[in-house]
Amino acid sequence: MQITLNGQAHTLPAALSIAELLAQLGLTGKRVAVERNQEIVPRSAHASTVLAEGDHVEVVHAIGGG
Amino acid sequence: MTAQPFDKPLTLAGREYQSRLLIGTGKYKDLEETRVAIEASGAEIVTVAVRRTNIGQNPNEPNLLDVISPDKYTILPNTAGCFDAVEAVRTCRLARELLDGHDLVKLEVLADQKTLFPNVVETLKAAEELIKDGFKVMVYTSDDPIIARQLAQMGCVAVMPLAGLIGSGLGICNPYNLQIILEEATVPVLVDAGVGTASDAAIAMELGCEAVLMNSAIAHAQHPVLMAEAMKHAIIAGRQAFLAGRMPRKLYAQASSPLDGLIR
Repeated sequence: MQITLNGQAHTLPAALSIAELLAQLGLTGKRVAVERNQEIVPRSAHASTVLAEGDHVEVVHAIGGG
Repeated sequence: MTAQPFDKPLTLAGREYQSRLLIGTGKYKDLEETRVAIEASGAEIVTVAVRRTNIGQNPNEPNLLDVISPDKYTILPNTAGCFDAVEAVRTCRLARELLDGHDLVKLEVLADQKTLFPNVVETLKAAEELIKDGFKVMVYTSDDPIIARQLAQMGCVAVMPLAGLIGSGLGICNPYNLQIILEEATVPVLVDAGVGTASDAAIAMELGCEAVLMNSAIAHAQHPVLMAEAMKHAIIAGRQAFLAGRMPRKLYAQASSPLDGLIR
């Protein structure tokens, strides 16, 4: 299954949940925020939100800035 | 007698702060330098940017928020790099999710890369949308008193005019505009951007700003940690001088020592 992850094409082995995607990326428990098709996916919904073909997913974190 | 009892804490969005220096976390050599500089500055509010996580890179590399703990500091996410209201609002929503519902944000919508001057039209649009969505907005803006007034009337919790262009270090380029903004301020006015060295920060405070936000002046100093400490003192000195009220300027000398009793 193809999604766009942080602007790049990304192949998933199956229809994963957000929580599973984060686990696959090694980001479980990290301070990140997730947006799916321009809608925030709250942390409490990561496990129940299943990705679909063509989804646009953004995973962001905090970095240094002024 | 100390000057402290004369002052009140800085109040932003209903929370009190002892420090009137807000600092950014960008442009430091590494996270350790960031941490030590923030500590030396005494700042209680620090800004961060929100960016895409690098997919496929070492997920175990230290995270800024592990070093700058939200338990210890008020984290002020910014919308730096946003050039329209839609991007800025989206970034704030991500930041709120990232920080577990923390809704204080620094809104900046920029107009072009060369000046990083605020796009006030988009800034006004974004501020309105964010306030409607429950955010507490500290807004970076030009030193235009009319726009500053509109942003305050709209419900921004702080108005933050530039002193000079972001990262320019040129200091307070137009103190007269700042004076007009300060004279009619109904919300805290902070100088954001342009400060180059300690005296600039002191001047901003002497003009009556509630606080100063800076990043490059510290991060790009030859010795950032030393400059962070210098800024702490400058902010305190400037604030105390403001509260003390400066003497009037005179064209001619006025002797400090009495003229009576001189030996002739």
